[in-house]
Amino acid sequence: MIQSFGFSSLPILLYGALWTLILSASTFVAAGIFSLIFALLRVLGPKPVRLLIAGYIELVQATPLLILLFLAYYGLSFLGYYFPPLAAAVISLTLYATAFLADIWRGCIEAIPKQQWEAADALAMSTPQKLRYVILPQAFRISLGPTVGFLVQIVKNTSVTALISFVELTRAGQLLNNMTFQPFEVFLTVAAMYFIICYPLSYYSEYLQGGKRARSST
Amino acid sequence: MAYQMHFGPVLDRAPEFVDGTINTILLSGQGIVIGLAIGLAVAIIRVEGPRWLDRIAVAYIEIIRNTPLLVQVFLFFFGLPYIGLRLSADTSAIIAISFNLGAYSAEIFRAGFLAIPKSQIEAGLALGLTRLQTIRYVVIVPALKVVFPALTGQLTLTLLGSSVVCAISASELTLAASKVESLTFRSLETFLVAGAIYVTLTFVFRFTYWLISLWLFHRKDPARFQIAGALPHGQERVEA
Amino acid sequence: MPAVQLNNIKKCYGALCVLDGINLSVEPRDVVAVIGQSGSGKSTMLRCINGLEQIQGGSIDIVGHRIEPGTHSLRSLRKEVGMVFQSYNLFPHLNVAENIMLAPRVVKNVPKPEAWETAQMVLKQVGLADKVGAYPDELSGGQQQRVAIARSLAMKPKVMLFDEVTSALDPQLTGEVLKTIAELAAAGMTMILVTHEMGFARQVANRTVFMYKGQIWEEGRSEDLFSAPKTPELRSFIAPNLK
Repeated sequence: MIQSFGFSSLPILLYGALWTLILSASTFVAAGIFSLIFALLRVLGPKPVRLLIAGYIELVQATPLLILLFLAYYGLSFLGYYFPPLAAAVISLTLYATAFLADIWRGCIEAIPKQQWEAADALAMSTPQKLRYVILPQAFRISLGPTVGFLVQIVKNTSVTALISFVELTRAGQLLNNMTFQPFEVFLTVAAMYFIICYPLSYYSEYLQGGKRARSST
Repeated sequence: MAYQMHFGPVLDRAPEFVDGTINTILLSGQGIVIGLAIGLAVAIIRVEGPRWLDRIAVAYIEIIRNTPLLVQVFLFFFGLPYIGLRLSADTSAIIAISFNLGAYSAEIFRAGFLAIPKSQIEAGLALGLTRLQTIRYVVIVPALKVVFPALTGQLTLTLLGSSVVCAISASELTLAASKVESLTFRSLETFLVAGAIYVTLTFVFRFTYWLISLWLFHRKDPARFQIAGALPHGQERVEA
Repeated sequence: MPAVQLNNIKKCYGALCVLDGINLSVEPRDVVAVIGQSGSGKSTMLRCINGLEQIQGGSIDIVGHRIEPGTHSLRSLRKEVGMVFQSYNLFPHLNVAENIMLAPRVVKNVPKPEAWETAQMVLKQVGLADKVGAYPDELSGGQQQRVAIARSLAMKPKVMLFDEVTSALDPQLTGEVLKTIAELAAAGMTMILVTHEMGFARQVANRTVFMYKGQIWEEGRSEDLFSAPKTPELRSFIAPNLK
């Protein structure tokens, strides 16, 4: 079926964009939970646990997302589990994003001066109390800018799931291209849609980080 | 259901993996060289150039940084024929990777330039150097030193990100692995081997950057080669 | 019974002993000033007393608690021992009232109205009743330090430790902090102060301890120590301060 690219093509791209957003959001939520746990264990856990997490982060940061995705999609199905593309996509994106986000958040926790821990210590607070009331609220503020910036990476990363035929924005573009043979128009539109999703996030991230710099300089 | 791993059939395809690895090194190596050149030029434009050129540079950077590499690869591959350039998948891939890295490295270089105290530039100009000479002889190396860790981090992302160009069948490691997978049906083993090669490549590249930093910064306080994160960052455990 | 008793405590880094067999006894209502050059171990000793640093030998008895090498559960001790730091260490994300009420509320489960009342009382005590809603970065260094003292007081400590609390302050701001501490001393609080303010040590502390190379070199009534130092080290240490 050959049709030409036009307004009638938009629904399929919007459908794809919706799945890009769903995928990004699920990845962010899942990776956020793991990253918080990993970041805390990386700072406070016993040494073997810290090394284990450091090793995980190091290994995943040295592996392409695409390979993780293929491992989850093709590889694990041979272990007797069938992983539908959505599951493989969320699992591999989460594994990947966690390795970066946990590192970012660890940096934010470690950026809180040692004296803040000591002051809380001297006030007889327990470790969970120190984290809950003193350290994490401060680390959270520092982390906002980098975290929103990383959200942009997650959105862009979801595009590789097109290569296991998960229909998100990029895959929708490929499908549309197969129907219209107008790749330039199609992928330009796809790029524009990514830009519309990502640019506000990038802008907000920079605003948050710029704002921080302005405040600390006064 | 127990699954027995058999690496034999996969390892029999070693020549394919070797070819793929070499192609990945060539592909990302060229992408890195061209990309850094673009990045440096764009950063200089952003710091020194006229306002209208700076606007274009900003637009380029923002467009690249807010769209996925894979879509950029498709655009270059499918789009260039529109302006009469019929290029192979491999060449398109190099161009896409170069322009992608160019945008990211431009911002990194710029941050480095801005970290150099104004007094250094003034000192250079006071000695009669032109602005470009000042950049070349006074600014670049110290600026590079400031941003070296960020830059090498970006280069690692470029190396690993180059895997997506298998989508246009440009020759590289992931494409080679996909072929082996389709021949052996040993998906798990194949992609584990590919992953291991990528991990090794990453460390080899990082080691190279470390050597470069030694050479560039005259052994004085070089950006330390570290298996980042593998060692606890000297963070003492806070007592409960 | 002494409020604080250090029994031959030791803390070493390899061969270097920053605390080399310290014995010290502090009676209730005592105000003890600890003086000495930087590196003499005086801050380390203070930090050992509430367990911010681990000791490697000896023991510390403090208001009914005992610290030995390897002692880990220090929370019950810290409920009764206040500490004020050189760099104030207020929590920047909380306002003055929240800084003060946090530990009583979460550590001692004091109900909010009561914690609020205590906060107002201790703020009045340090002369900052009007700053209850301010954030730390809106206060001067001297005011921040007084809030830190108030925060510590709100836990109703039996002993207070002051670690060079005026060292980070401009000279014109030290006075207000020292006045607050002098008032606490007059009210009968048991205190150990590591300080560089010789005049203050002499006036406010009833006892002074001079530390030198990880040991207590000389100690006694402040008046005696400053007017008739026995060791040459103390003499040369306080000489420039007497001008």
